[in-house]
Amino acid sequence: MLRPLLSLLLGSTLLLGVAVPLGVTAIAGLTMPERAGGSLIRREGQVIGSALIGQNFEGDRWFRGRPSATSAAPYDASSSAASQLGPTSAALLAAVTERVSGAREVPADAATASGSGLDPHISPESARRQIARIAAARNLPVQRLATLVEQNIEARELGLLGEPRVNVLRINLALEAFR
Amino acid sequence: MTLIGWAQIALVLGCALLLAVPVGRWLAALAEGRLGGLARLDAAVLRAAGVDASRGQSWQGFLLAMLAFNAAGFALLYAILRLQGVLPLNPQGFASIPPYLAFNTAISFVTNTNWQAYSGEAAMSHLSQMMGLAVQNFLSAATGIALAFAVMRAFATGGVTQLGNFWADLTRITLWLLLPGTLLAAFAFIAMGVPQTLAASVIAATPSGGEQTIALGPVAFQLAIKHLGTNGGGFFGVNSLHPFEGPSALATSLQIVLQVVLPFGLCLAFGRIVGDARQGRALLAVMVGFVLVATLSIYAAEAAGNPLHIAAGVSPIQGNMEGKDVRFGLALAALFTATTTGASCGAVNAMIDSFTPLGGLVPLFLIQLGEVLPGGVGSGLYGMLVFALLAVFIAGLMVGRTPEYLGKKVQAREVKLAMLAVLVLPAVILGFTAAALVLPMGLASLQDAGPHGLTEMLYAYSSAAGNNGSAFGGLTADTPWLNTTLGLSMLLGRFAFVIPVLAIAGSLAAKPRAPEGPGTLPTHGPLFIGLLAGVILILGGLQYLPSLALGPIAEHFAMLAGQTF
Amino acid sequence: MQSAPALFDSAIIRQAAIDAVRKLNPGHLVRNPVIFVTEVVSILVTLLAARDAAAGIPWGFQAGVAAWLWLTVLFATFAEAVAEGRGKARAASLRAARGDTMARFVPLPEDTTQTIPRAAGELRRGDHVLVEAGEIIPSDGEIVQGIASVNESAVTGESAPVIREAGGDRSAVTGGTLVVSDRILVRITAEAGGTFLDRMIAMVEGASRQKTPNEIALDILLAGMTIIFLIAVVTLVGFASYSGAAPSVVVLAALLVTLIPTTIGGLLSAIGIAGMDRLVRFNVLATSGRAVEAAGDVDVLLLDKTGTITFGNRQAAAFIAAPGVSETEIAEAAVLASLADETPEGRSILAFARERYGITLPAMTPEARPVPFTAQTRMSGMDLPSGSYRKGAVDSLAATLNQAVPAALSAGIDRIARTGATPLAVAKDGRILGAIELKDIVKPGMRERFAELRRMGIRTVMVTGDNRLTAAAIAAEAGVDDFLAEANPQEKLDYIRAQQAGGRLVAMAGDGTNDAPALAQADVGLAMQTGTQAAREAGNMVDLDSDPTKLIEVVEIGKQLLITRGALTTFSIANDVAKYFAILPAIFVTQYPGLAALNVMGLTSPQSAILSAVIFNALIIVALVPLALRGVAYASLGAAALLRRNLLIYGLGGLVAPFIGIKIIDVLLTLIGVA
Repeated sequence: MLRPLLSLLLGSTLLLGVAVPLGVTAIAGLTMPERAGGSLIRREGQVIGSALIGQNFEGDRWFRGRPSATSAAPYDASSSAASQLGPTSAALLAAVTERVSGAREVPADAATASGSGLDPHISPESARRQIARIAAARNLPVQRLATLVEQNIEARELGLLGEPRVNVLRINLALEAFR
Repeated sequence: MTLIGWAQIALVLGCALLLAVPVGRWLAALAEGRLGGLARLDAAVLRAAGVDASRGQSWQGFLLAMLAFNAAGFALLYAILRLQGVLPLNPQGFASIPPYLAFNTAISFVTNTNWQAYSGEAAMSHLSQMMGLAVQNFLSAATGIALAFAVMRAFATGGVTQLGNFWADLTRITLWLLLPGTLLAAFAFIAMGVPQTLAASVIAATPSGGEQTIALGPVAFQLAIKHLGTNGGGFFGVNSLHPFEGPSALATSLQIVLQVVLPFGLCLAFGRIVGDARQGRALLAVMVGFVLVATLSIYAAEAAGNPLHIAAGVSPIQGNMEGKDVRFGLALAALFTATTTGASCGAVNAMIDSFTPLGGLVPLFLIQLGEVLPGGVGSGLYGMLVFALLAVFIAGLMVGRTPEYLGKKVQAREVKLAMLAVLVLPAVILGFTAAALVLPMGLASLQDAGPHGLTEMLYAYSSAAGNNGSAFGGLTADTPWLNTTLGLSMLLGRFAFVIPVLAIAGSLAAKPRAPEGPGTLPTHGPLFIGLLAGVILILGGLQYLPSLALGPIAEHFAMLAGQTF
Repeated sequence: MQSAPALFDSAIIRQAAIDAVRKLNPGHLVRNPVIFVTEVVSILVTLLAARDAAAGIPWGFQAGVAAWLWLTVLFATFAEAVAEGRGKARAASLRAARGDTMARFVPLPEDTTQTIPRAAGELRRGDHVLVEAGEIIPSDGEIVQGIASVNESAVTGESAPVIREAGGDRSAVTGGTLVVSDRILVRITAEAGGTFLDRMIAMVEGASRQKTPNEIALDILLAGMTIIFLIAVVTLVGFASYSGAAPSVVVLAALLVTLIPTTIGGLLSAIGIAGMDRLVRFNVLATSGRAVEAAGDVDVLLLDKTGTITFGNRQAAAFIAAPGVSETEIAEAAVLASLADETPEGRSILAFARERYGITLPAMTPEARPVPFTAQTRMSGMDLPSGSYRKGAVDSLAATLNQAVPAALSAGIDRIARTGATPLAVAKDGRILGAIELKDIVKPGMRERFAELRRMGIRTVMVTGDNRLTAAAIAAEAGVDDFLAEANPQEKLDYIRAQQAGGRLVAMAGDGTNDAPALAQADVGLAMQTGTQAAREAGNMVDLDSDPTKLIEVVEIGKQLLITRGALTTFSIANDVAKYFAILPAIFVTQYPGLAALNVMGLTSPQSAILSAVIFNALIIVALVPLALRGVAYASLGAAALLRRNLLIYGLGGLVAPFIGIKIIDVLLTLIGVA
């Protein structure tokens, strides 16, 4: 029994733990380097983020992403985390109430923290509600921003899966390009 | 709930069922040693490993080999974690994992639970992830399927004492099923944007003027086996919610398909092996039925939103979005949650802790029902067969014959062993949870007060004992008390269950297979499907009602009454 | 069939009430884990109620719960006692028959003139005794010399004496039966205390009752469920304490007892005893409960053709006329030719002609000259002035008359032979008028019974010494599934073994010494009381009425026994749902007022809710005692239809009934002001 035990345990550790993953990494690096490397967005050679990872945008001049509950700072992509607050949590209700700040019909994604803390998207409705604020801060015509939002709405995948959404990093990069 | 949401659920579940057909065929071929063109290669590998596939093992022999192999796997993984700090491939320079956590983690991955009391990107080196955790993802899954093969053979044959050869099964399942499946899925995930790189992280200079450290790693390969093997241990702390583990709705859909295709396929393989495809389809129907009901319940509960938040001014249109990411949508979150908890996978694409009380009750109850809906790879099928034996026993009496399942008489020995197996989960779950709820070292870990705190604790032990591994979050899991008791729960949930199951297999294998006649209770029609579902609910679920009443149900009514904790 | 005592005979009930209390002895109850746990809990709650009463704390509720928990246990022991009581009444009459006989021991069997008086209880196996008219046979034995008519009513309930004689298949005698005429020398075949009558008494009293395999399996299931709910209730203390509730031990005890399967636990042994009792009342004696259970599992039924499926003798079934002869003509000729035939076959011709053609027997005139039937001539006949009538085997008649069978008739005669029947030719004045078809007549209703068995999933196999042709014809007519022709004992045995090797359970009935190996091999061997001692010992059941078709009823009783257990188990488990809805909100409504929404029955108060559940749980046992004793009605539907029906009644019924029952009890408690 010892021989099959040891040869299968050590063999599989070397095969499945070293050879295959390294092989897969190598092939992926050769065939799909962009995606295998984290879908990074570069500007002038400098990595400015990943298309898949949300970033923290603050202030009135940006489209803001969803509330993030990562621990050290919002959108900490080295340590993903959710609030883990339950539905009857007083702390959660307080946070939601603060985010809503007296408004009505606030889109749920804008009032609640994402699960990953790194959600790159917001709902189209959430983006639309930010137009007036950004237009005022940047002194841009509302209509232009409205068009920008509509252009940046990503449809459901394969026309069916998931939800329509707006990638916050991408729309903000487009917003920057207005200057 | 929207029509599009329903269509998403139907499409993804439909794809999983379609894929389960060829997978089931291949599983049956593997179990029967029909390897086609791979036969020569297979023989060479087995010879090299010193395995004689033709030498069958008795149930005790099979059990002993399985236990020894898993014990050795535990020792190796424990050593890797404890020595992580001095081993190579540790670009972030993480320290070695402390003893309690290493104990908990090693058991967790060996038992196919993948409960994680750590956050992957903040604690585990690449070497630990690749050579330690990912390898056990393969081996624990292969162990489960090998056990299922042994049980299937017991039903298929009669008057024999041998259940097959554990080593041969393990090798074949790993090499000819899990590895190719994982490779295909891994490349699909990379194409969808899941990273597969040895780089540990990259620092981005963000447009808003800040800096963002983005953790990276060889994610795709581990992600693929994590779902295919119903392991569920994520590379990152937030598991499949992390945009690198779940970059899109398509990726999350593929994960759903992967985590149910083997449990589904095993049912069909079972039908093939016992020579009556309808038998496999009946078990599958029970599983799919529960998954559907659970999915729709979660979907409905989450889509209704949180009345407290709606009262505070949140629009009810999107439903409850706390702990969820935008890209998946509620329908896929509901289906993912139902399948991950039903299938003992434990990966998450939405934070169950932040679900509405009833939305959270469903996954918890699915785990407590014994992880058979559809259950983990292998463990789902053999767990389901235990329930089938009990259902047949009760129903068989009602048609006036000594109960028979697939021509095997269900007698005192089988009932005794099946009840032993069924006892394991409630004893472990209710026992440890009740202790943790009164002992200070248990209570210290709770984040939430009130009924939600009770649910968090109940969920943790249910998840561990059910070898699920998903977390209700909100629990500081990395404490000596929780690491130890949850570790024990996982150990008992896996092996204390498996031992009686293999003993049943040994007993059934020796019995002759009686031919089916008009007086035989049919075990493939809608009547039996309904009966089996009822037995699972009553025998598997009734004992949890008091704890559920004090947890999610109490919280539900509190929420409706506007109460917070 | 024995007359059954009324379901609730008052004498039995009185005795059962006393026995029920006696059975509270924990040493006895420990055999029944569910009820044992209930008793332990009852003791605990009683002590707590007493403590509260002593401390001056309100104790009415605690005492109420304690009382009803005790009643739960009592009802369970009562059910068992009633079931046993019905058997005991019969055992008493059997015991009277056994009495304390003095036997005439014969030291030297060669010399029957020398006898020594010896008590029946002191006789050993192999001893010889002499029994004369008016004496009771002291023990089971075999007649080695003589012939006697014996009144066996003490055992069989049938008062007409039967003939018993040395040698052959009628040599066995039973202790306790009365010799009515003549005198016999009997060799004793049973040790004292081990006679048929002793076994029968033990069986009906339930003294030697051992748990059957299915009962053991069910017991394990129930014990497992008890443990599961024990865990659920004990751990509830922790859950409750976290939630700020502290349910009293009394309340938790009530929850536990209502959740564990007390209904089936309390009725399980009563069901088993009642099943045996049903069999006994059917005049079938099983050597063990295991045999009765096996009867329910039977897949193949081996029945002898002669005497079981058919009447066992050939009878006239048709007249076939030659061309130009009317049927009445041949019928009259057949009657006249058969008047002198005293064999059963000859008489059957007269009966058939009378029934079918209304032909009455002609008055015998003095000139009539009968030609009686002989085995040599194989003919009979009558010479009358009106003509000379003959009937007999076709070939012998044709040879005697020196006349060939008319071609038109020979086709009909061939057909008769082909179907396994026997053709006889009828002639008048040397001319063949036609033929009589003699055949083995299948007993009425057999075809329907076999169809019923088929629906139950049981194949019937006819065993006969006939040739294949005859066997096939009768098999087709009787509607059996298969037949074993030209069967000898070895072939019977081989057939049974082959069926068993294929995983099938076989039942057979038999009486001869020849049958003994097959009876022993069969899973259910029903021996006839009139049969040999060897057959009676080889089988695991004895039919006192010696009616082999009773195997069918035995199978039904076996199935009914299993169904009753399964149905009440399902009912018991399904009951739990409603009990949760009654008790859970009652315990926790103070901590979480919202849980009042779970009080779907709208029960008045937490205390009345808990008490109502406990009371329902106790009363349902009593309510189901009649069902447990009578057994769930069995219908020979297919397995699927049977399951659907029973699931609907006992599964769904078990789900719904307690909601209604608990609500009614709660209303009553509220009305009388207890709650």
